[in-house]
Amino acid sequence: MFLIDCPYCGPRAETEFRCGGEAHIERPSPHGEVTDEAWSNYLFYRQNPKAEHRERWVHTAGCRRWFNVARDTVTHRIIAVYAMGETMPAAAGEPR
Amino acid sequence: MTRHYSALSLIREGLNGQRGWEPAWRDARPQAHYDAIVVGGGGHGLATAYYLAKNHGITNVALLERGWIGGGNTGRNTTVIRSNYFFPETAAFFDFALKLYEGLSQDLNYNIMFSQRGMWFLGHDRHAMEMLSRSVNAMLLNGVDAELHDSDSVRRHIPGLNDRPRFPVLGALNQPRGGTARHDAVAWGYARGASRLGVDIIQNCEVHDFIIEAGQMRGVETSLGTIRSDLVGMAVAGHSTVLAAKAGIRLPISSYALQAFVSEPVKPCLDTVILSPATGTYLSQSDKGELVIGAGLDMFLSYAQRGSLPWMERAAAGVVELFPAFSRMRFLRQWAGLVDITHDSTPIIDKTKVSGFYISAGWGTGGFKAIPAGGWCLAHLMATGTSHPLATGFCLDRFRSGALIDEASASGISH
Ligand SMILES: Cc1cc2nc3c(=O)[nH]c(=O)nc-3n(C[C@H](O)[C@H](O)[C@H](O)COP(=O)(O)OP(=O)(O)OC[C@H]3O[C@@H](n4cnc5c(N)ncnc54)[C@H](O)[C@@H]3O)c2cc1C
Ligand SMILES: [Zn+2]
Repeated sequence: MFLIDCPYCGPRAETEFRCGGEAHIERPSPHGEVTDEAWSNYLFYRQNPKAEHRERWVHTAGCRRWFNVARDTVTHRIIAVYAMGETMPAAAGEPR
Repeated sequence: MTRHYSALSLIREGLNGQRGWEPAWRDARPQAHYDAIVVGGGGHGLATAYYLAKNHGITNVALLERGWIGGGNTGRNTTVIRSNYFFPETAAFFDFALKLYEGLSQDLNYNIMFSQRGMWFLGHDRHAMEMLSRSVNAMLLNGVDAELHDSDSVRRHIPGLNDRPRFPVLGALNQPRGGTARHDAVAWGYARGASRLGVDIIQNCEVHDFIIEAGQMRGVETSLGTIRSDLVGMAVAGHSTVLAAKAGIRLPISSYALQAFVSEPVKPCLDTVILSPATGTYLSQSDKGELVIGAGLDMFLSYAQRGSLPWMERAAAGVVELFPAFSRMRFLRQWAGLVDITHDSTPIIDKTKVSGFYISAGWGTGGFKAIPAGGWCLAHLMATGTSHPLATGFCLDRFRSGALIDEASASGISH
């Protein structure tokens, strides 16, 4: 069971959240010029590291806001929590 | 030494103090070169090695497994075999697998304990019943056996169902040819069959990297040294993306943990397979007497072979809702496997941009039932260089062309 530190509500149980998958994906553009490969990549190809992963979570049963999480996919340790639109803080440092 | 299993050899070895049995397969050390290498000693890799030898006469083959054979998802799954798919491609493929399962104990001379005890997919509301009748029609059109039952009929067939449920059972789809098999026996039977045809089964041999020269596969670097071959097939389930990346290949696959658990063993009380996705669970009883209970995916990437507690609780609650009599049974073991999920829940059996390198992946939460056909088709592809007709739709290009075989939504079950 994870304890996820919602930036708006504080630490809450995993069951209150949902994972929205890989963070920082940009939709390719301009629309008319996107190749099939780029579009396929955007729709179906995701990072799947056996290591740290940047992903989006939403506090569904709480404030319902989205935020980013850096999490290790082997230990499930949460390395950092940071706001949507932000890049990963450089010195994520200590686990939260 | 006795190698063939029969009533006669059992009696003979019984009189002989069981001293003459040959080991089921040779525990081999790697040679420097093979005609073909199969990476991954799960059901798919083992079946591939077996059919390379049996169907195509390629017997100088190494099967490389990082741990012990069957130690991945093949030895962790809930062993349900069924072919209730929606689209013609998947229905034909999974029903071919089921047919191979029907003859597999004979073919391998190894009892895989395939028990066609039926597979009941419960409908708990009107919409589910509409989906189930649509499924039954699709299955029948695809030549697959299926029956639609109303609530009374379900109760007649499945004793012990809750008579005052919170989520009433309005009916069910039954596939009478569905059932369960012994998972370890499938791995061991294929290993034994392959080994007898000349395949080297090499355990504790992890593939770290590939040797690729000018776009051609030349071999693998392993924890037991370099092993050369121009023909390499890979079936490593949850590790597909990690290993394919070593060959410079990206795959549209995400790895998630799927969990299951078993109860303490009890006398026979459930003689079929029950799926109830609406209550979050499915269950059957093993020949040992344990209730084998499966849960859903933890919906975040994971390479930890353990499932989350919330899902365990949800699946257990589903069981108690369906069968109140099971509420006091104790859990014995809980575990998880790393499953390889594609966007459309349909597998990938295809060549890659590296010539001589083939993959079988995306078996996700439902690839045990596919093992005989998956091995058959990957072996065909490796031996002939062309897709088996049953697997042409399972190509990587569908993620570019858009020709997805979207069972994720079509047959209404997680696979
Ligand atoms: C809890 C659970 C329940 C399931 N229930 C069902 C079910 O009821 N019915 C059904 O049909 N399916 C079910 N499945 C799915 C099914 O188990 C899998 O789809 C199937 O077993 C996959 O077989 P495989 O051979 O591809 O993978 P695996 O059996 O996982 O084999 C892959 C092997 O590759 C090895 N490997 C990985 N990396 C390397 C490397 N670098 N070098 C060498 N070897 C490597 C691994 O150690 C592993 O042994 C379930 C899965 C789980 C986890
Ligand atoms: Zn919140």
